[in-house]
Amino acid sequence: MKIRLKMALALAMCCNALLPPAHADDDLVVFHAFGDKAGLARVMDDFMTNLLADPRIGRFFAKVDQTHLKAELTDQFCAILNGPCAYSGKPMDEVHSGLHITEANFNALVEDLQVAMDKNNVPFSAQNKLLARLAPMHRVVVED
Amino acid sequence: MSKKRNAFHVARWGSTGIACTLAVAAMADDLAGSGKLLLTGGVTQLEGSAGGGLTPWAVIGGYGTSDQIGANVFYTNVRSQDYQLDSRGALIGLYDRVELSIAKQTFDTRDVGAALGLGQHFKFNQDIVGVKVKVAGDAVLEQSDWLPQIAVGTQFKHNDKGAVVRAVGAKDSSGVDFYVTATKLLLDQSLLLNGTLRATRANQLGILGFGGDKKNGYSVEPEISLAWLLRRDLAIGAEYRAKPNNLGIAKEDAFYDAFVAWAPNKHVSVTLAYADLGNIVIKDKQHAPYLSVQAGF
Repeated sequence: MKIRLKMALALAMCCNALLPPAHADDDLVVFHAFGDKAGLARVMDDFMTNLLADPRIGRFFAKVDQTHLKAELTDQFCAILNGPCAYSGKPMDEVHSGLHITEANFNALVEDLQVAMDKNNVPFSAQNKLLARLAPMHRVVVED
Repeated sequence: MSKKRNAFHVARWGSTGIACTLAVAAMADDLAGSGKLLLTGGVTQLEGSAGGGLTPWAVIGGYGTSDQIGANVFYTNVRSQDYQLDSRGALIGLYDRVELSIAKQTFDTRDVGAALGLGQHFKFNQDIVGVKVKVAGDAVLEQSDWLPQIAVGTQFKHNDKGAVVRAVGAKDSSGVDFYVTATKLLLDQSLLLNGTLRATRANQLGILGFGGDKKNGYSVEPEISLAWLLRRDLAIGAEYRAKPNNLGIAKEDAFYDAFVAWAPNKHVSVTLAYADLGNIVIKDKQHAPYLSVQAGF
């Protein structure tokens, strides 16, 4: 009896190890909807173009290192969407401190991101799921 | 003074004037910069407040964010089998905090007017002044907690047919509605939820006066909206608005509607809906197509 129990447990553990983690697929649905990291990089390309051309907020980005910023944004959004990335840039409050960013500025950036996502055919529901995770950043980005 | 010095002074004051005008224009551009995201100022409801079609929401009307102002004008037409309601007005949204609105409703009784001995196309006119104040939260930005955007508001209403509304049992031709409203945009689900509680004595929004022989005091009525965002510029939804039943001779039902709202840009929106209005005076089972247009910034 004891040996059978041990074998049953071993079998169960072995099979569990072979099964994918319970929620992994759900967690990555949005990441996949963006086309994984490569897709995110394409969105960031268009996002950067839109930001620079935006008369409302272009001035915030005119002097940044675009290649570096695009790579950091890709990593950041990838991590936010549970992708295999790690954001290694400065914290959001540090990056935006002293820039006097208004709510209107914040929304303008969201719109530029939406246009980039539309251009890359990211489904609207996936767009909103990303925005839902980005929205809390307003607390450290927008100046009170 | 020599002509040259005159010319110099004119040029100097002229260029200062131009610079000042440009600066004011730039400030005006920022102040009226329409910073809110598309559709997040809501549309205009029947009584002139920002919200859905039937019920006010906690959003402050117009596209102004916390440093800006916004404004809208609207026209709404609701035509049921036996009646027609036209509503038009304007609102201003101040710093995403305070909303001031005015609206004029014209309720055309068409043939029913003749049937009631009032005359064909007898019209009730109601003026409404609205004040709404956001007191907590942000419907769009607060995505990581459950706090909705909350606003409190009033609608001051005056009906021009005092004698007629009293003849059907109403006690007053003027009244004030008070409401508290909560709005939450669940971006994860692309869903907007709104709940409103309204304290009112109004019969059919006030079109049949206020208070009545059956009940004269305030009733607290719930109103609910649900909207699903299909695209940045397109939302569909449904609403429910409970109503008091103050008049013995004119049973009153809840309003329901299903709507589609389209905002091609931040200056124009169009809402098409179909409304179930229930019983209105002597005509039952009223239902109506609803069309509303809004323009502003």
